[in-house]
Amino acid sequence: MLKSLTRSLASIALAAGIASTAQAAEITGAGASFVFPAMSRWSADYNAATGHRINYQSIGSGGGIAQIKANTVDFGSSDAPLKPEELAGSGLVQFPSVMGGIVPVFHVPGIAANQLRLDGQVLADIYLGKISKWNDPAIAALNPGLALPELRITVVHRSDGSGTTFNFVNYLSKVSPAWKQQVGEGTSVRWPTGVGGKGNEGVTAYVKQIKGAIGYIELSYALTNQVPYAQLRNADGRFVQASTASIQAAAASARWADSRDFHLVLTNAPGADSWPIAATNFILMSKQPKNAEGNRQAREFFGWVYANGDQAAAELGYVPLPDELVRQIAAYWGSHFN
Amino acid sequence: MSMQIAIAAERRHRHDAFGDWLFRKIVSAAGWFVLIALAAAAFSMYWGGREAFAEFGPGFLWSQEWDPVREQYGALVPIYGTLVSTLIAMLIAVPVSFGIALFLTEVAPAWLRRPLGAAIELLAGIPSIIYGMWGLFVLAPFLAEHVYPRLDEHLGDWPLLGALFSGPPLGIGMLTAGLVLAIMVIPFISSVMRDVFMTVPSRLKESAYALGSTTTEVAWDIVLPYTRSAVVGGIFLGMGRALGETMAVTFVLGNAHQINASLLMPGNSIAASIANEFAEATTPMYQSALLALGFVLFLVTFAVLALAKLMLMRLARREGA
Repeated sequence: MLKSLTRSLASIALAAGIASTAQAAEITGAGASFVFPAMSRWSADYNAATGHRINYQSIGSGGGIAQIKANTVDFGSSDAPLKPEELAGSGLVQFPSVMGGIVPVFHVPGIAANQLRLDGQVLADIYLGKISKWNDPAIAALNPGLALPELRITVVHRSDGSGTTFNFVNYLSKVSPAWKQQVGEGTSVRWPTGVGGKGNEGVTAYVKQIKGAIGYIELSYALTNQVPYAQLRNADGRFVQASTASIQAAAASARWADSRDFHLVLTNAPGADSWPIAATNFILMSKQPKNAEGNRQAREFFGWVYANGDQAAAELGYVPLPDELVRQIAAYWGSHFN
Repeated sequence: MSMQIAIAAERRHRHDAFGDWLFRKIVSAAGWFVLIALAAAAFSMYWGGREAFAEFGPGFLWSQEWDPVREQYGALVPIYGTLVSTLIAMLIAVPVSFGIALFLTEVAPAWLRRPLGAAIELLAGIPSIIYGMWGLFVLAPFLAEHVYPRLDEHLGDWPLLGALFSGPPLGIGMLTAGLVLAIMVIPFISSVMRDVFMTVPSRLKESAYALGSTTTEVAWDIVLPYTRSAVVGGIFLGMGRALGETMAVTFVLGNAHQINASLLMPGNSIAASIANEFAEATTPMYQSALLALGFVLFLVTFAVLALAKLMLMRLARREGA
C-alpha cells in the first residue's frame, strides 16, 4: 500500500518536473553591472508572471560584448553603445533597456546636499588635478555665498573598467578640451590623480570616509546610501539637480530617430531641464542566433519589461524609457527580426 | 610439498612487486603533476602576455605608464606597490610572530597555550575579503583620525624619513595595506615558528637554564639557532602569501596608479590591478598586458623564493651541514 503510494507520488512529481521544464525557458544574458539590480528584479517579477527565468551574469560591459559576439548568451548588455559598423560586422542589433544618471558626490563637512554647484569645466579641472582645494576661486565663483573650507580635494575614481566611467569621461571630454586631449575617454582611463574604488560601492565607501573627497556614482547608489551630490550646469547653462525628471528630460531631448542602431550617448544633452550626465544601458542581440528560441524569448522578456517593468526600475533608482522610444524599439525589432 | 610453498611464495612476491611498482608510479605521477601544473601556469601567462612583451619589450618592467585609452602599459607602479606593501607587512609580522611563538612555547602558562593556539588558527581561517572590509571600514578611519595626522605632524618634517610619512591622512594607502597584510600573515608564520620551537630538545634548553641563562638568552642563543632554517622557511611562506594577496589589498591600497615616496599615499599592486581590470579589458593588448603582469608576479615570487633558498643554503653551509 505504502510502496504504491510513494511510487505514484514520485511519478506525479517527475511528470510535474518534466512539464514545468518543458514550458519554462531559461534565457541567458551577460554584461554591465549597471543594470544588474534592475535585471534581478525584472527576472523575479517575470518569473512570477510567466514562469520563465532570466539568468543574467554581471561580468561587465566588455564581457557582455564578447559573449554575445561569440553567441554563447541570448543577449548581452553594455553601457557604451557599439558603433553601427561594428554591429553590422558582428551581425548584432542594439537597443536601449533602461536609463540612469551619474552624479558627482562629495564629502565636505558643512556643505549639505543640494547646496554645492559645479560645472563641467570645473569638474574636469578637479579630475585633472588642476583644482586641488575646495575654496579654489573657480568653485567659489559658481557658489557665491557658500562658505567653502580650505580643504584638500581628494579625487575618487573607479579602479575597475566600467560603463559608469565611460559615460562620465565622455561627458568630461565633451565639455573640456584639456581633458579630451590629456586623458580621453573609455571604460578605463589613465586618471591623472586620485584613488580608485572598486565598483560603485567602492567609490561610495571612499567618498563617505575621506573628508574632502569627490567622486562619481550612479544616482541609485547616491540615494540609497544618502551621499550628498552636487548640482551641475547643463548644456543650456542652467543649474539642475539629478532626478528622474531631469534624466527623462535628457532622454526626451535626444534625437533617437536620427541615430542608427540607437547609437547615442546622452551626456551633455540639450534642454533646459536636462541632467548633463545621463546614461543609457544597451542590449545587444544576435541577428543570426544559434538558439533562435532563446532569442525570441529574450525579445518577449524585454517587451514585457517595457510594458510592466517601469515601476520596479523607478523604485531601484533607474529611469524607464519614454514611450516614444519604446515605439521606436518595437519598429526596430520589426525591421531586423522576421 | 616444498614445491607448493615455493609457488605460493613466488605468487606472493610477484603480487607484492606489482603493488610496489603501482605505488611508485602513482606517487611519481603526483610529483610530476605538481611540476607540470606549475610549468603550465607559468607558460600560459607568458603566452597570454606575449603581445605585451613583444610590444613593449623589457621596458614593460620599468615603465610607469598605464593608459588604456592610448594602449600604453607599464608594470613599474604595480611591482613597486606589491614589493613595498609586502616589505611593510614582513617588517611588522616577523617580530610579532616571533613574539607570539616564543610566548606560546616559553612564557605562557600551560592552560593558556591551547586556546591561544586555536585563536591564531582561527585568525588564519578568516577569508581575505573580510580582512579587506574590516581594513576599509574599521582600521582606515581609525588610522585617518588618530594615527596618520600625528605621524604627518611629528615625523613629516624629518630630513630623510619625513618623506615616508608626509601627506594627507586618507586612511587608505601603502601603510594601511601593509598593516592588514601583516595581520593576515602573522598566523602562518607564528604557527610554523611555534611548531618548530617545540621540536627543540628540552635537554638543550635545560642545560642552558642550569648554566644560569635567562629566558631571553635561551630563546636567542639556543632556540633560534637550532630552528633557523625552518623559521626562515616560515617567513618566506608568509611572504609568498603577502605577495599574491588580492582582495584585502584592493580594498585598502587605494588603487592609484602612481608611485609616491610617502607610505600614507595610495598605490597599486599587481594582484589588485589584475582583479580590478580584467573583467572589462576589452582589447587584446589590454588583456595581454594584464596577463603579462601576472607573469611578472610569478617571476617576482619565484625570485623571492629563490633568494630564500640561497640564504638557507648559505646558513646550512655555515653550520657545517
